[in-house]
Amino acid sequence: MVSALFPLTVKGATTTRRGKVLAGPIDLTLDGGGTCVVIGPNGAGKTSLLRMLHGTARITRGQVTWACDTETARHHQAFVFQHPVMLRRSVIENLVYPLRVRGMPRTAARQRAVDWATRIGLGHMLERHAPVLSGGEQQKLAIARALIVEPRLLFLDEPCASLDGRAMREVEEILVQAAASGTRLILSTHDMGQARRLADQVVFLLRGKVQETGLAKNFFDQPQTSQAVAFLNGDIVE
Amino acid sequence: MTDLWQGLVQAFWLVVTFDAELAEISLRSLRVTLTALVVASAIAMPLAAFLSVQRFRFRRHVVALLNALMGLPPVVVGLVVYLMLSRSGPFGVLGLLFTPTAMITAQVIIIVPLIASIAHQSLRDLWQEYHDLLISINVTRRQKIATLLWDARRALLTAGLAGFGRAIGEVGAIMIVGGNIDNATRVLTTAIALETGKGDFALALALGIVLVALAVAVNVAIHWLSRTEREGRW
Ligand SMILES: Nc1ncnc2c1ncn2[C@@H]1O[C@H](COP(=O)(O)OP(=O)(O)OP(=O)(O)O)[C@@H](O)[C@H]1O
Ligand SMILES: [Mg+2]
Repeated sequence: MVSALFPLTVKGATTTRRGKVLAGPIDLTLDGGGTCVVIGPNGAGKTSLLRMLHGTARITRGQVTWACDTETARHHQAFVFQHPVMLRRSVIENLVYPLRVRGMPRTAARQRAVDWATRIGLGHMLERHAPVLSGGEQQKLAIARALIVEPRLLFLDEPCASLDGRAMREVEEILVQAAASGTRLILSTHDMGQARRLADQVVFLLRGKVQETGLAKNFFDQPQTSQAVAFLNGDIVE
Repeated sequence: MTDLWQGLVQAFWLVVTFDAELAEISLRSLRVTLTALVVASAIAMPLAAFLSVQRFRFRRHVVALLNALMGLPPVVVGLVVYLMLSRSGPFGVLGLLFTPTAMITAQVIIIVPLIASIAHQSLRDLWQEYHDLLISINVTRRQKIATLLWDARRALLTAGLAGFGRAIGEVGAIMIVGGNIDNATRVLTTAIALETGKGDFALALALGIVLVALAVAVNVAIHWLSRTEREGRW
């Protein structure tokens, strides 16, 4: 039996850097199924929150508690960064890498990597050097490289920021499929259309704090705070 | 002037006819320096990778020390190695003084800081790029180091070539610890020094031609490597 990651409880979690608070204190509970979308203006702390949950930003106060121990939780997570990090290797080797790190034999890893490359439409450029791919191709590769280990929870930090309409739809399709096959998604986005399409739950961040959170349906139909109303209207919120 | 001209002509002949003595000395030089290079790289490159990924209290100091050691005068290295290996020294019983092993030891000490410093610069940059990703997928320290070393292999080759260039042209240290013994420890640089002293310019120049050819080849290779690196291929 696999241990569950959720519910996730965040209590007063804060991350600071050289004394400056990047995000927090944040209180949040994530339970139930579905995709959680984090929204908020630039600098609101979306990236900082995701990193804190994933454990790559140091939590200086408060805590993040999973249903299982942190190490197990971490093992079942993957992260797609706002700016994709490409290993200086071929497309296929980028996909093989996380599997090899986890000890999968080379042939099996390669087979799975080819499958994923084909799925994201990069099957014809397996041997291409990943850092020379276009921004959109890199983003898709980064997502595939995260999903290839079949994480139970995937963080995506603005996964579609540099994608055109078509690439965005492709990515969303991959994400919907992943969600359908049991991967929980926590993603941040600037695109309200995308937020509406993907979100089951919304976390609206402002100045490093949770301004409003709840089911997507409620949030979009009846935002409770004036800032959320303004943000959804496309006004400048500070 | 005629001396020089005659010397050049003879030197040219020695090279094209693959003169036995010239070949022997050249090969010994290559053997000593390539061995030193392999040993030094095996020490310097993992060390550089470790210094890139591992945070510890005196890391900056260690890096600064490595940079400072690059400027170590080879003659002094030779002197110290001589004292260590001489009969009365701590490693005297090994009987290594005036052997190729002694020369390799000196060359290793001279080029480890050089290779480590150059390698560290590229590995640190690469680590900045990879940091978030590798932390996120939970790689072990060994895996981090292996990944950096593999993905920076071109830069490491450049570092290695720089070390080779430094070692093959070095004369002071290996003269002291090797003793420039005919058929045993005579290499390109020490032979040139000796033949020049004796006035046999032909052999000295021939040896010089080989040495220069090696040095040029190394620099061409470094140049080519750094160009392909910028193009991001390979
Ligand atoms: N490494 C850092 N050092 C100092 N300040 C930082 C650092 N990283 C982030 N910050 C600051 O912390 C705040 C939150 O940043 P964060 O990246 O989490 O915002 P964000 O919501 O992801 O913004 P964006 O939409 O632009 O990606 C910002 O004010 C930012 O300037
Ligand atoms: Mg961000």
